[in-house]
Amino acid sequence: MATTLEYTQSSEARALERRAWIRKVVFYTLDYGLMIFLALFFLFPIVVMVVSSVKPDDIITADMRSLNAFIPREFTTANFSCPDYQSPGSLCSPRPGENPGLFERLPFGKIFFNTIFVTTSIVVGGLLINSMAAYALARLDWPGRRIVLTIIIALIIIPFESIAVPLLLIVRELPWFTGPNWLNTYHVQIIPFMADAFSIFLFYQFFIGIPKDFDEAARVDGASGFTIYSRIIVPLSRPVFATVAILQFLAYWGAYLWPLMATASGGFDIQPLPVAMQVFFGQAPRQWGDVMAFASLATVPVLIVFLLFQKWFVQSVASAGVKG
Amino acid sequence: MAVHVKVRSGGLQRRERYLAYGMMAPAAVLLILFLIVPFVMAFGLSFTNQSLVPPLETVVDETTGETVQRQKPPDFIGTDNYQNLLRIHIFTMEPLVDEQTGEVLRDEAGGIQYERARTYLRPERLEELFQIDLFGTRYLVGAGDASFYRSLLNIFEFVIIVVPVQTSLALFLAMLVNQKIRGANVFRTIYFSPVVTAMAIVAVLWFFLYNPSDGLINNFLKVFNIGPFQWLEHPASALIAIIIMSIWQGVGFQMVIYLAGLQEISEDLYEAASIDGANRIQQFRFVTLPSLRNTTLFVAISTTILAFKLFVQVDVMTFGRGGPENATITPILHMVNEGFRSAQRVGYAAAIAVVFVLIVLAISLIQRRVLSYGDH
Repeated sequence: MATTLEYTQSSEARALERRAWIRKVVFYTLDYGLMIFLALFFLFPIVVMVVSSVKPDDIITADMRSLNAFIPREFTTANFSCPDYQSPGSLCSPRPGENPGLFERLPFGKIFFNTIFVTTSIVVGGLLINSMAAYALARLDWPGRRIVLTIIIALIIIPFESIAVPLLLIVRELPWFTGPNWLNTYHVQIIPFMADAFSIFLFYQFFIGIPKDFDEAARVDGASGFTIYSRIIVPLSRPVFATVAILQFLAYWGAYLWPLMATASGGFDIQPLPVAMQVFFGQAPRQWGDVMAFASLATVPVLIVFLLFQKWFVQSVASAGVKG
Repeated sequence: MAVHVKVRSGGLQRRERYLAYGMMAPAAVLLILFLIVPFVMAFGLSFTNQSLVPPLETVVDETTGETVQRQKPPDFIGTDNYQNLLRIHIFTMEPLVDEQTGEVLRDEAGGIQYERARTYLRPERLEELFQIDLFGTRYLVGAGDASFYRSLLNIFEFVIIVVPVQTSLALFLAMLVNQKIRGANVFRTIYFSPVVTAMAIVAVLWFFLYNPSDGLINNFLKVFNIGPFQWLEHPASALIAIIIMSIWQGVGFQMVIYLAGLQEISEDLYEAASIDGANRIQQFRFVTLPSLRNTTLFVAISTTILAFKLFVQVDVMTFGRGGPENATITPILHMVNEGFRSAQRVGYAAAIAVVFVLIVLAISLIQRRVLSYGDH
């Protein structure tokens, strides 16, 4: 009798264990299945873009009918560059003069440089200007700092879009050393965006949390206010500097509306990637290979930077939410 | 001695004050010149007929007596811009009646025939917004600027769909990648990657994918016998197409914010809940959601504000027109078109900007109230 009971129990236990195991397998299969499905949703446009950029123009659209969309079944670099496209024996252009590559159609390197230069200037200049302002607000004692802080926080909610047109009227009249006004220049894309209310707020939040003792100790040693900022506060605040840099980078490297307005007649010498992309996209003939080559070259480098520093990216965005 | 100390500390205080002014100055000057002044200007310009390229006028210089050409200064026109922008009129449409029999004219399908909308709208210089049948009567709604009202309807539709969908998808993704399982970080990276792409660039890519006849998306859906959809080429689906790609590009950002929120929740809370016999769904309902209240507030409000500013993807994917048939026009696109592109009416565009800011402000205040309701 006892043995039978024991036997039943252990078989029940085994059945339970088995059921738990099956449940676990089913759960993880569904779990991973769902995550992989979502991953495909987020990745497919980027994969199609990169794969299409290295395919001959005439099969790109046709390949969209099958999984070939994701397979570089024929490889060519002609979309990027086809230097001899005008010569009869051209390898990358079947009919002479017909199929120039991206680099023959527009100065991509210059445009890429424009974007990098403008974005870097905004980020670097912004780090300095905004952190200094936040330091003054958080750690120096002066009349009016409360009200200035309130005004800056209120400024966060002004959408840039609402001031774009008046801003255009302003930069049209502003003088500059080398030209009649600010239109179609680098600085028109940089200077108006260096000071940023939200960046000041993020710096302020961080600076206010650093214990005052640090200042006092330095002050006793005879350090002045600016030395305290540059030698103590800045080195202690690397995470918030990274956060602001990454958020500003994300906000401005794809800037579109303002460069569209302020560099409308500046041409590729001055326009950044997003604006140049529209000009290129609108140009006949629309060769999807060239467009994909442009999009890939504009996207992939930043994706690589993101992959290298992804921990920083994620932390920055997260802290923007926590503190905002 | 005491006096000496006091003087020194006063000097120190003064030095600290000057230092503060010095460090504050660059940001202050830039914010005033490039944010506050244009913001005030937008308000002022909205009461004028300022145009982007002012017309030239010939005037006689009073001192020299010579005629000179100069740019015509804008006129103050009061609230004309606002009146034109917001003017709306509802007409009751009369059925067409056969003059001999006195019977109401009907079309082949038996529907009542009405006079053309133009006959009502033209004398008032209005544009047709829509017609609607209510209780057997047909009403015609005309607006001074039908595109503006259309842009408001579109943006409300966009916000009402995008904010809840994107917020809950972000939370769902965050919970997926927050699991303590192998590869979770890889998926987090993948879901976030569209955020680092430039909208104006990937919008072109999606334009290609949305192609109705040989785009990848329709070809993919065909496998499941769905579609084909006209996507960007049909008024009924164009905004949906914009919505899908907007969520694709933006949701990773909110996911990461939720992820940070999830990681702040103490394990003890879940343990306590499971001891009380709460299953996964109950844990989500009674532990996760309440703990994420502030995160949700932030995500919902920031997504709303971002969504209201919809412009880039529409501008790129509809070539600046907001078509088809104004189905994707947005307030910002309308403002850019009025102020910068075809019409170049800066004063009018400024009025759009002012109304836009007021709406966004009002919505985010209401939202803050509603979402934080019950917070004490």
